[in-house]
Amino acid sequence: MKHTWERAARVALAAVLTAGASASAQDRSAVEEIEKYRAALGDGNPAELWEARGEALWKEKAGPRNASLEKCDLGLGPGVVRGAYAQLPRYFADTDMVQDLESRLVTCRVTLQGLTPEEARKNPFGSTGKKVVNDALVAFITSESRDVKMNVSTAHPKEQAAYELGREIFFYRGGPYDFACATCHGVDNVRIRLQDLPNLTRQNDAQRAYTTWPAYRVSQGEVRTFQWRLEDCFRQQRFPHLKFTSEASIALTMFLAKNANGAPFNAPAIKR
Amino acid sequence: MKNHTIAFAVMAAIAAGCATAPTEDELAAKAHDVLKRSFEPRGQAGLDRLDQDSLQRMCSKYSGGNALPADVAERLQKEQMALIKYPASGKLIGDWKRGEKIAQSGRGGQFSDDPKKPSGANCYACHQLTKQEISYGTIGPSLYNFAKLRGYGPDIQKYAWNKVYNSHAYVACSSMPRFGYKGILTEEQMQDLVALLMDPASPVNH
Ligand code: HEC
Ligand code: HEC
Repeated sequence: MKHTWERAARVALAAVLTAGASASAQDRSAVEEIEKYRAALGDGNPAELWEARGEALWKEKAGPRNASLEKCDLGLGPGVVRGAYAQLPRYFADTDMVQDLESRLVTCRVTLQGLTPEEARKNPFGSTGKKVVNDALVAFITSESRDVKMNVSTAHPKEQAAYELGREIFFYRGGPYDFACATCHGVDNVRIRLQDLPNLTRQNDAQRAYTTWPAYRVSQGEVRTFQWRLEDCFRQQRFPHLKFTSEASIALTMFLAKNANGAPFNAPAIKR
Repeated sequence: MKNHTIAFAVMAAIAAGCATAPTEDELAAKAHDVLKRSFEPRGQAGLDRLDQDSLQRMCSKYSGGNALPADVAERLQKEQMALIKYPASGKLIGDWKRGEKIAQSGRGGQFSDDPKKPSGANCYACHQLTKQEISYGTIGPSLYNFAKLRGYGPDIQKYAWNKVYNSHAYVACSSMPRFGYKGILTEEQMQDLVALLMDPASPVNH
């Protein structure tokens, strides 16, 4: 049944993409197709396949220590998954660092399962025919915060510092095109070609954007994580390649997550 | 418990040495260092892209609710105006048909792009230009009827060239890339784009 959703989505999208209009008119009609598809599905979302795989991976013994991740502390105590994502990123005393979900998972895979940090960071994003651990774990853990209100704290000085750094990076212009995040996401109601751009400095836009990642992207047939979203926007910004779980990506995530406070988390979502 | 938490926070604040909030310049220097550690070179995009020139620095500083003071804006515009170069031939106008193709293309500059192929200008990402193309962005103002409204004379021609070459010469901290100054477009491509804006036969003007 779940496989049928995925196929239906691809077929619907393929039909749109071969319709022969200009590139972005295609985007617009693809969005409409996805809206229809989503309505037809009701509550269904192929991301559930990733969530189920992630839950199995969370419980499965793996790594040199042959241990599961069930004792991983995501901030609410060892093994507590429900609601944990809605309070991330946060400061962790054991690493003395502010961590987002993905950098915390790296820590757990190293300390509990005995992987090297390099191994735990390898292959963060899946692609056709290549399933990876990270996006499945993220899909599972984020799904356990569905309907929980975003509640990210900046009470610890390192959390506050990460937030301020993330804000600074958001407005940091550079590269051959002089772009910052704010160039595309700092004004109300604008679009690039026909793609609407959220103004991420405004609470309601930031809430809507942040609480709907990760997302199953119909155009790619993959669940994409928030780190993937940042990496891809930095590419459009003409910056070099953002390293997975780097300080800049954690700080930016802190800035955007905190700006989403108060809104119920609602992902993995489904997007074009 | 509560007291304990507060005491811990205070201790941590002292340990972190941040009794006073960092100044905007300190924060910017830190952002630069962190960015340098957080990225790796890929394709045509090296880490030097994270180093800001003076305009990028000032425009970052005066953003996010920190308004650009009028005297700083005036100074930046003068500086950017002085960077504009003109074709040796003096000719600012090329072929609008080629200009339309360049305005449509969004390729160039990304680490996923082949640097050997010419860049597009992607004007349509941010501007309406013609009636025919309905898929246009709205970060910049509509340029439909650009010369029809402003005139076809040499002063407007020069304004169009300057704007494409370096938008900050008129609007400090514009969102529009400096296509000429940053070497994104060739001289010939810019002539073609000025033609797209200025030629009476161009669909921009009817
Ligand atoms: C050159 C333009 C551009 C820049 C610069 C840019 N973005 Fe984006 N961003 C986009 C576009 C276009 C989309 C929509 C993509 C889509 O719909 O597939 C987007 C989507 C997003 C989304 C998801 C919004 C949603 O509701 O799903 C987030 C979050 C985001 N960007 C954050 C950032 C951050 C943070 C930066 C800076 C690191 C940044 N962007 C830089 C163009 C840009
Ligand atoms: C990332 C967005 C962006 C892109 C890409 C872009 N522009 Fe702009 N443009 C703007 C913004 C914002 C303004 C208004 C502020 C200003 O004048 O600089 C503007 C202003 C202009 C103006 C002045 C309009 C007036 O009324 O005086 C012209 C002319 C112009 N752009 C032409 C172009 C052309 C030609 C291209 C492609 C080579 C282009 N722009 C690409 C954002 C952009």
